[in-house]
Amino acid sequence: MDLVVFYILAGVTVLASIGVVSQRNPMHSVMLLIVSFAGLAGIYIQLDAPFTAVTQIIIYAGAIMVLFLFVVMLLNAHTEDDVIPSRLGPHALKLAVLLSLVLVFELASAIMKLDRASFDAATGSISSVSAIGSQLYKTDGYAFAFEVTSVLILVSMVGAVVIARRPRKESRER
Amino acid sequence: MVTLNNYLILSGILFSIGTAGVFLRRNLITILLSVEIMLNAVNVTFVAAGRFRGLVDGQIITFFVMTVAAAEAAVGLALVIALFRHRETLSPDAFTSLKW
Repeated sequence: MDLVVFYILAGVTVLASIGVVSQRNPMHSVMLLIVSFAGLAGIYIQLDAPFTAVTQIIIYAGAIMVLFLFVVMLLNAHTEDDVIPSRLGPHALKLAVLLSLVLVFELASAIMKLDRASFDAATGSISSVSAIGSQLYKTDGYAFAFEVTSVLILVSMVGAVVIARRPRKESRER
Repeated sequence: MVTLNNYLILSGILFSIGTAGVFLRRNLITILLSVEIMLNAVNVTFVAAGRFRGLVDGQIITFFVMTVAAAEAAVGLALVIALFRHRETLSPDAFTSLKW
């Protein structure tokens, strides 16, 4: 039963991700990525991580994807220019697909060789949000990283505003 | 029974799809979306490893990865808008001024 649910969720996620990569219209890509994130949220719930599942929906599907949607609609660029000659030759596409398949098999063989002794101690549930919170805000836990994150957000916010702003008149005349 | 390997292989497949997207697409927005797929693949690995070791650290690191993804999306999309204003295109082949 568990396995069936996992395969359904994983299938939805993988198919939606392939759709993201193969769609020509960026709007469809964004929508399919939201489907992929919903599938991943289901997988997180199956992994006993409801907090991560909810943040996945709220932050990714709710905030980041809305940002992407705004930019797609703002730029009004529905398709990509398809007549750009590739400098890599006519077989570039085949080569890229081949190389990513090689990457899949490399990752899979590395996973198969993993020493699983230390991972099989699947103990009781760790799903409580209070456990995450106490670890996150503990001084000898992740409190410092948490505070640094706020600086990161501030810097990226200021950076985004500065980069996307229209150039000022005086700097254009120079 | 779903084992750790199932989750890790799912993560590997998603990461490869994201990598292929970054290399294959000729649209800056789709490239950024592919990077998001790669970040999510890594998140699955963290949560699954944390679950099978009985630790919450996996979920906490996932939280930080999401924060970095949000920052990356904000700055990346600002760059896309600034580039689009200059060249009126989203193709990465149009932005080769810094190439020697």
